[in-house]
Amino acid sequence: MRNHDRIKALCTLSPSIILIGIFVYGFIGNTFWISLTDWGGVASLAENPVKNFTGFGNYTELFAGFLGGSFRQDLVNAVYYSVSLLAGAIGIGLFLAVLLDNKPVGEAFFRTVFLYPMSLSFIVTGTIWRWMLSPQGGVNILPTYVGLDPLQFRWLSSTEAVMEFDWQNLLQIALYILAAVLIIWGLWQVKQQPRRAMSRLLVPGVVLGGGAWLGGDILPKALFMEEMHGFNLATLGIIMATVWQYSGYTMALYLAGFTGISQDLRDAAMLDGASSASYYRHIALPMVKPITISAVIILSHISLKMFDLIFAMTGPDNGSTGHPALNMYLTTFRANEFSRGAAIAIILFLIAATFIIPYLISSYRQRRIR
Amino acid sequence: MKKFITLCCACAAMLMLLTAPVASAKELSGKLEIFSWWAGDEGPALQALIDQYKAANPKVEVVNATVTGGSGVNAKAVLKTRMLGGEPPDSFQVHAGQELIGTWVKADRMEDLTFLFKEQGWEKVFPAGLVKQIGTDKGIWSVPVNIHRSNVVWYVPENLKKWGIAAPASWDEFFAAAEVLKAKGIVPLALAENWTINHLWESVALSAIGVENWEALWSGKLAFDSQAGVKAWQLFGKVLEYTNKDAASLSWQQATDMVVDGRAAFNIMGDWAAGYMTTTKKLVPGKDFGWAASPGTGGKFMFLADSFGLPKGAPNRDNVIAWLTLLGSREGSDAFNPLKGSISARTDSDLTKYNVYGQSAAADFSKDLIVGSLAHGVSANEGFMNDFASVMEMFLKSRDAMAAAKAAQQIAVKNGIGK
Repeated sequence: MRNHDRIKALCTLSPSIILIGIFVYGFIGNTFWISLTDWGGVASLAENPVKNFTGFGNYTELFAGFLGGSFRQDLVNAVYYSVSLLAGAIGIGLFLAVLLDNKPVGEAFFRTVFLYPMSLSFIVTGTIWRWMLSPQGGVNILPTYVGLDPLQFRWLSSTEAVMEFDWQNLLQIALYILAAVLIIWGLWQVKQQPRRAMSRLLVPGVVLGGGAWLGGDILPKALFMEEMHGFNLATLGIIMATVWQYSGYTMALYLAGFTGISQDLRDAAMLDGASSASYYRHIALPMVKPITISAVIILSHISLKMFDLIFAMTGPDNGSTGHPALNMYLTTFRANEFSRGAAIAIILFLIAATFIIPYLISSYRQRRIR
Repeated sequence: MKKFITLCCACAAMLMLLTAPVASAKELSGKLEIFSWWAGDEGPALQALIDQYKAANPKVEVVNATVTGGSGVNAKAVLKTRMLGGEPPDSFQVHAGQELIGTWVKADRMEDLTFLFKEQGWEKVFPAGLVKQIGTDKGIWSVPVNIHRSNVVWYVPENLKKWGIAAPASWDEFFAAAEVLKAKGIVPLALAENWTINHLWESVALSAIGVENWEALWSGKLAFDSQAGVKAWQLFGKVLEYTNKDAASLSWQQATDMVVDGRAAFNIMGDWAAGYMTTTKKLVPGKDFGWAASPGTGGKFMFLADSFGLPKGAPNRDNVIAWLTLLGSREGSDAFNPLKGSISARTDSDLTKYNVYGQSAAADFSKDLIVGSLAHGVSANEGFMNDFASVMEMFLKSRDAMAAAKAAQQIAVKNGIGK
C-alpha cells in the first residue's frame, strides 16, 4: 500500500521535477559553465560562438582586475543597499504594525493605505520617486512651504560617499567584521554562559581584531592599486523608494503575526504588570520570530535582485547607484560579454544562497525534530 | 479533434501552394517584420516609410516591431536574444559603423548587400566616407537612412546678445565667455544624464586632438594614453567645471530646456535637439534658437547614422529587399528625414523639403571633414562603448586625466580596437 502511494506520488510530481530540473537547475548549471568560458567580445553573437574554457578567469577579473572596478563598486553598493533596506523596511513595518495592533480608529483604512504601495510595480514607483527626488522639485522644495530655503541635496546624482574603505584591505576589513560579530555575540551571551562566552567568543574576537589591526600590513592585498568604495549618498533616494514600497508589506506580515497571538496571553501579561513596551519586547516579538526571519529572507532577496526600480530611477550608467544585477544585464546584452555576465549572475546567485540555505537547513531540522 | 487536424493540414497545404509561386511573381505578399527603436517622437517618420511601402506592396503585411528606449538600450538587448534564439526579424535598425560591423558582421549574421548597391547605383549617391563605415573588404552590409550630426552647440541668439557674449569658436573663447556667465549666475554649459556626458566627451576630444588623431585612435595607431589622449581628458575635465551640478538627474531634453529657458547659455547635443525644439517646443530655427559646430570643431562633421540590414535567415527575404530599396531611394529618404529631423544620407536629396537647420547641416555634410561618433556606435564596438561608460564614471569621480587615459587604453586593448 505504502509503495503504491509512493509510486503515485512520484508520477504526479515527476513532471514538475523534470521541468524544474531542466529550467531552473539545468540553466543554473549552464550559466555556471558559461561563466567558466571566454564567450564574449567580437563574434560572440555568431550562430555557433566559440567558447574556450578559461577556468575562474572571469571571477578573478571581476574581483581583482583593473576593469572590474565598476562591479566592485556595485557589489559594495548592493551590500549597503540590502542592509539599509532591511533596517528601514523592518523597522518601519514593525512600528506601523505595533501602532495598528492597538486598534486605533480607522485601523482597516490605515492598513490599506500602508499596504497600497506594495501593489505598484517597481517601474511606477521608480518613476514617481524620480520625479519627487528631482533636484529642483518634489522633496527638495518641501521646506519652502514653511518658509525655509529649499534643500540642495541631489538625491539620485550626488557623488559623495561615506564610510569609504580601500578594496585593497578587503581581507583586513573582513577580519574586523568577523571580530566585531564575535565580540557582540559574546557580550550578548555573557550573562547566560559567562565562561563559554569568554573562551569561545570574546577572547577570539579581541585577538582576531587586534591581530588584524597590528598585522594589517602583512595581509595580502586584494588589489594591486588603491580603490576606494563606500556608501554612495545617491543610493539614499533608491533606498527611500524601496523602503516606501516594502514597509507596508512587512507591516502586514507582522500584523498577521500579532493577531495570531491570543488575547489571553496579552491580558495575562498585563495582569502581571507588563507595560505595552515590555509586552512587545518580551512576548510578542519572540513569538513572531519566524515572521522576522521570513521578512529578512524575502527582503534580502528582493534587494539582491533589484533591477527595474534602479533602472527607472537612475538609468543604466550611473555608477553611484549601480547594482550587480544592472551590471550583469549591461555586460551581457550591451557589451556582448556573455561569460562575464554569467559570472556576475553566479556571484549574485551565491550571495542569495548564503541567505536562503541556512534558513532551509534550520527549517528542515526543526521539521525533523517534530 | 480529427477535424481540427484535417483543417490544419489543409491550411498548411494551402499556405504552401500560396507561398510557392510568390518567389517568382512580381507582386510581393506575406509579412515584413521591421525591428527598430523608433517609437514616440520618431514614430511618424517611420510610419511615413511604412505607408509608402504599403502603397507599393499592398499585399504585404508590415509588422512594425518597435521596442522603446533611447538610442536602443532595450531594443538591442531584445534583438540579441532573438538572434541568439535563431529567430531573426526580417530587417532591423542598427547604427552604421562598429555597432553593425563589430557586433553583427564579424559574427557573420548579415547578408552582403553589394548587389543591391550596384543594382540601384547607390555607390554613387552615398558619400564614400559613409559607405566605408557600413562596409568591410568583404561587402556592404546595410542601407543608411539618415545622417545626424553629433558636434553641435545650441544657444538662443537673443540671450547671448543680452549677456554680451558670442557663440564660441574655440574652447578658449568658451572659457572666457563662461566666466562672464558664471558671474551672472548662469550655467555656461547645460549637461544631462550619463550618455550625454560621453556625447560631450567626443566633441571635446575631437577639438583637442584633431581629425587625424581621432581616426588614428580608432584604427589603433594612436594610444589613448598618448600625450594627445591625455590632453583630451584634461580639456574635458576643465569643460566639466562649467556644467550644471544636477546633470545626472536630467534627461537630454531637460538640458536643452535649460538653454531655451535662459538658465543655461549653451548645450552640446546631436541635431535631434533641433527636431525637439522645432516640433515639441515650436521654436523657429535660426531665430528662436541658433547653432554652430561645437567649439574647436568647425569644418568637422561628426556623424552618426541609422541603417537597416538583412540578417541571414530572414523569413521574408524578398520583402526585405523591397523595403531596403525604398529606404535607399530618394523618395523614401526625403519622406523620412524631414519628419525625423535628420538629413538624407544621399547627396542628391531635395533640400526644399527640409527646414533651415536641415539645409545648413546638409551643406556642411557635403563640404566638411566627416568623422564617426563614439557615443553613437560608429567608431568603436559595443564592448568598448560599455567599458567606456565605466571609465567615464571613474573620471567623474576622480577627475584624474592620466588615470582615465590609461584606463581607456586598457579597454581599447581588451576590446581589440583597430583590429
